Amino acid sequence: MAVIEYIDAIRLAMKEEMERDPEVFVLGEDVGVKGGVFTTTKGLYEQFGEARALDTPLAESAIAGVAIGAAMVGMKPIAEMQYSDFMFPAANQIISEAAKIRYRSNNDWNCPVVIRAPIGGGIFGGLYHSQCPESVFFGTPGLKIVAPYTAYDAKGLLKAAIRDPDPVIFFENKKCYRMIKGEVPETDYIVPIGKANVIREGEDITVIGYSLPLHFAMQAAEELVSEGISAHILDLRTLQPLDKEGILEAVAKTGKVLIVHEDNKTGGIGAEVSAIIAEELLHELDAPIMRLCGPDVPAMPISPPLEREFMLNKDKLKEAMRKLAQY
Amino acid sequence: MTPDVTVRERSRHEQLGISDDQALEMYRMMVLARKYDERGLLLQRAGKVGFHVSGIGQEMTQVAAAFALDRERDYFLPYYRDYGFVLSVGVTVKDLMLSIFAKAEDISSGGRQMPGHFGSKRHRIVTGSSPVTTQVPHAVGIALAAKMRKQDIVSYVTFGEGSSNQGDFHEGCNFAGVHRLPVIIMCQNNQYAISVPLAKQTAGQISDRAAGYGFPGVRVDGTDPLEVYRVVKEARERAIRGEGPTLIESVMYRLQPHSTSDNDLAYRTKEEVEQHRANDGLPRFKQYLIDCGIWSEAQEEALVKELLAIINEATAYAEEAPYPHPDETYTHVYAESEGGASNGRY
Repeated sequence: MAVIEYIDAIRLAMKEEMERDPEVFVLGEDVGVKGGVFTTTKGLYEQFGEARALDTPLAESAIAGVAIGAAMVGMKPIAEMQYSDFMFPAANQIISEAAKIRYRSNNDWNCPVVIRAPIGGGIFGGLYHSQCPESVFFGTPGLKIVAPYTAYDAKGLLKAAIRDPDPVIFFENKKCYRMIKGEVPETDYIVPIGKANVIREGEDITVIGYSLPLHFAMQAAEELVSEGISAHILDLRTLQPLDKEGILEAVAKTGKVLIVHEDNKTGGIGAEVSAIIAEELLHELDAPIMRLCGPDVPAMPISPPLEREFMLNKDKLKEAMRKLAQY
Repeated sequence: MTPDVTVRERSRHEQLGISDDQALEMYRMMVLARKYDERGLLLQRAGKVGFHVSGIGQEMTQVAAAFALDRERDYFLPYYRDYGFVLSVGVTVKDLMLSIFAKAEDISSGGRQMPGHFGSKRHRIVTGSSPVTTQVPHAVGIALAAKMRKQDIVSYVTFGEGSSNQGDFHEGCNFAGVHRLPVIIMCQNNQYAISVPLAKQTAGQISDRAAGYGFPGVRVDGTDPLEVYRVVKEARERAIRGEGPTLIESVMYRLQPHSTSDNDLAYRTKEEVEQHRANDGLPRFKQYLIDCGIWSEAQEEALVKELLAIINEATAYAEEAPYPHPDETYTHVYAESEGGASNGRY
């Protein structure tokens, strides 16, 4: 099995699905000739032609809306939002249309669209190339939302998203593109949507998160071993629908939970995960639920000290995890 | 000796390739839509239904456009006043009544959506929403799919002139123009966006907007069904030839308030409405058919009687029909096959 980068896993998923099914195509700004601003779609234009690696006008609502229209007649479009920060003009198409098509038509129509959008900062991107907009779309029934952390999951979840009969938002982390590498089978497999995954077994504390912050949690967990702290880490992988059983099981294991994400704290995914735990497991907890998230400021500033202050990192995770273990 | 032959001048509809029977069928649909619409208003005023949104005055465009399309194969994205259109492509008065009463058998949504939010896969009527003009990019996407699959079909999308200010109209037009997609973009310009008149909606002419996107924009008298038929037919032929989209601005007048929740005399005068009522396309088309010698007052009387019987029967049926079971609130959030994730219950 080859070790490849997270971004290659995403590309491989699209390539394999386009080979498997002629109705799968990608559309977005710069996805064709250029192969994407991050090279995510590189090679698809050459292999599948311009119709299936479709360069679109710069207009996000049309990218989403055209994809939704094509999906309603059975095509399997993968619409790329160049940065998730630029996704808001398409929010009406995603929330008012894609999410509601099956429900509002009483199961007559459906919308098997995939919206891919890179999230996250730490790339000198400033306010508008760094955001994590998960919470804007989270809590919209009818949408599925996935956010892989490993290369293996990036491929498997994207393939599952493409084959899913309902709309799926695929939040890929741009800092993970090159930094995260892993073994990815060259064979066909999917990672089921709706299933969280324990990525580290431990006894003392549970860390629940998704996407890039798990990288810092894993590093911190390794270093905390020498302090006698054993961390159990759960990767949500799917943000909607949340794997409630997976969450409860992971929390029950240690009785102490820290929830991490880069999206800002208030109203984030962590708030809902906390509420689920509080509703179901309050009396089994040995410590108050902790959250470590991006700060409640409008978005990430560009100047390095400010960007560093906003971003999570290994040391911030380590400190929070230690504090929880010592509670 | 000169043979005694009177050469009958070919009528306007025959020149367009419309047979007498088709012309009469078009008229029948316009009257049916009008009578359904009037009943909807009446039912709301009688407190039998909660809401009705009217298309009175717009039926000539709606029906004529439907007849100019391939009603067996094309895809349709009508907006909320398009009763004449959906009836012409196979939706029945009973279907509309089940929708206005929000009953379980409503084909568009099972009683979930407001009336006028059409949708029926069987008729290739694409489900629609209330935020206006979101359907334009959808129509473009369907046209893109048709082009990719090399199908000789078109998508046809409608909306009001107020809606043509939305970004989705412009983004959709631009996309369709760049990729020369087989889509017909029909603006039913009825002069009002609820209370705001055309002059406060745009300083330009809607059909001119097509020039900015590199395809033809055509302005047509929307009260004249034969003219509308002609321009939609031409637009469809262009699309099928691979020449791309057409924007049609069909000019008409909304003879009713925006909806049953609106008092239109707060922003326009009775005189203005009456003046436009005198220009109603429906009696004009009727007179045209009479002048052609293919219609009569006696036939008119029989038709109205027949259609009212259909509407009465549909009203009675829908009124008696069951509402959806409360459990239906939770169904069809996701595909049923997705084990457990198919409903909204926690």
